[in-house]
Amino acid sequence: MSVSVGYEKARAEGRAALVGYLPAGFPTVAEGIAAVNAMIESGVDVVEIGLPYSDPVMDGPVIQRATETALANGVRTRDVLATVEATSGHGVPVLVMTYWNPVEKYGVDAFARDLAAAGGAGLITPDLIPDEADEWLAASEAHQLDRVFLVSPSSTDERIAMTVAHCRGFVYATAVMGVTGARDSTSSAAPTLVERIKRVSGSLPVGVGLGVRSGAQAAEVGAFADGVIVGSALVSALADGGLPALRALTADLRAGLST
Amino acid sequence: MLPDEKGHFGPYGGRFVPEALIAALDELDAHYRKAMADPEFTGEFERMLRDYAGTPSLLYDATRLSERVGGARILLKREDLNHTGAHKVRNVLGQALLTKRMGKPRVIAETGAGQHGVASATAAAYLDLECVVYMGEVDTQRQALNVARMRMLGATVIPVTVGSRTLKDAINEALRDWVTNVDSTHYLLGTAAGPHPFPAMVRDFVRGIGVEAREQCLALTGALPDAVAAAVGGGSNAIGVFHAFVPDADVRLYGFEAGGDGVETGRHAASITGGSHGVLHGARTFLLQDDDGQTIESHSISAGLDYPAVGPEHAWLHQQGRARYSPVTDAEAMEAFALLCRTEGIIPAIESAHALAGAIKVIPALREELGREPTVIVNLSGRGDKDMHTAGDYFGLFGAEDEVR
Repeated sequence: MSVSVGYEKARAEGRAALVGYLPAGFPTVAEGIAAVNAMIESGVDVVEIGLPYSDPVMDGPVIQRATETALANGVRTRDVLATVEATSGHGVPVLVMTYWNPVEKYGVDAFARDLAAAGGAGLITPDLIPDEADEWLAASEAHQLDRVFLVSPSSTDERIAMTVAHCRGFVYATAVMGVTGARDSTSSAAPTLVERIKRVSGSLPVGVGLGVRSGAQAAEVGAFADGVIVGSALVSALADGGLPALRALTADLRAGLST
Repeated sequence: MLPDEKGHFGPYGGRFVPEALIAALDELDAHYRKAMADPEFTGEFERMLRDYAGTPSLLYDATRLSERVGGARILLKREDLNHTGAHKVRNVLGQALLTKRMGKPRVIAETGAGQHGVASATAAAYLDLECVVYMGEVDTQRQALNVARMRMLGATVIPVTVGSRTLKDAINEALRDWVTNVDSTHYLLGTAAGPHPFPAMVRDFVRGIGVEAREQCLALTGALPDAVAAAVGGGSNAIGVFHAFVPDADVRLYGFEAGGDGVETGRHAASITGGSHGVLHGARTFLLQDDDGQTIESHSISAGLDYPAVGPEHAWLHQQGRARYSPVTDAEAMEAFALLCRTEGIIPAIESAHALAGAIKVIPALREELGREPTVIVNLSGRGDKDMHTAGDYFGLFGAEDEVR
């Protein structure tokens, strides 16, 4: 199921989509699956499942610690695919967000095949730029998967146009320069970046990730973006307060977008 | 001429980094290309290397060592005599000068044992740049003296407390800093690895090693050497001494990786001979990884070789068969370390002892193949003062008083 299904549903309701991230296997594979399903029940429109990796250069401390825990508890690539399979049957598209080396090691086409078979929508690739993505472009065509590349405030207009042209599903705007993590105030650079992307993205939705942690912040971002991506705040909620806290935050974020 | 426009050495290299860094890498690439074609920059770089760093370093005819080893004339490229005690000063001066040219006031660096951190702090002090060094917490404890050196030179040392708390995590943390502060900051990467243009740029800043050695060898012996040997961790000293010789098809190039306890034990840092294809720290190359592509921690008695990947140009030279890579164990390296101390009165870096140990291993076959005594250049990439704690433990030099009879 393409991620566009989630965006279209939100658009039909006159609001931005809520995109929620959790790493697979955190704290264990079974508990990670339960957490994703709780997030789905509480109102996310699109799910990102992180593949825990030994060298997460784009992630801040919250996600680093969670993925370290998942790895220490023995999570494997096949568990990530199992998590996709166990969460993708609920009408909410499920993407995998992964650093590139685990996919390359698994085999790019084999990973695409198995992700598609598990019901996954596609991949978000934070350290793979379209310039290096020939094999993934071919595999995502062959297996009809979404491919979500990132753009940033430092991207030139030429690179934004090139990157957007290679995206399918949505465009991931990293609206602050820095690693993942919840922030107190939203970035003033975000609306500008979204506007630059919109000039060339046509009907392709633009999701914004910039450290949103509350319904009020989600509402601010949802006013100018098609999707509001929340990661670290949800991981913190799960780590500190378990499923009840995760459900409560998801519902709060979703309520922020619905008002 | 490699790499290509996008930084590929055949299938290796490239840029596997967040999009947020691409603009900075493009900017760096443009400045570096312009600088290398600008006599004002190259002239100033040469002046600093000569007047400040003390290069060209000597090519020393190690007759006592050669006699003891037997079968070859061994010439030592004395990078250990450079300011800060290693070849690394060439790279940091080049990058720091480029940082000034780009108008950035701040450099960040990663360091394992502290050598690149000390060199970076030195260049930053010399060129008046703010310097922040990321160092794994485990390493800050093992290398307290180098932490003090960096702080004495005015650098800020930040212990890294995530991941395995060693060099690879220090690189991750430096990349995180860079992506956050890229407008004001240059990442002064310590080896010929990482995303394009770092492998090519670092190589160009250190390739003087080989250019000098080639001229010096011709002047000394009237011929090119038969072989050039270097230790390979990330690979900067090796690419530095190899590069000028790559077109000389008759000059054999030997890269010696850190075999640790032996490649067969799994406790080593031999990315090419004991690793596999993958992507780490921005480049496609050889690395140590498990079945899922998770990075495996490397092991070596030499902190400078203790890195789970290798620069992409070495991966390419290996694939082309132009350079030959093989492992040298901790024990073999330490034997060569002692040999050089006793025959020449030179205490080498343990990294450099790997190069010497490897050369000693290949000399008999080389002599047989050539039917004469070969000339072998060994890159003595650094001095061993920093390694005396390790050597003292290894050889049991601490604690027991010399017996008086």
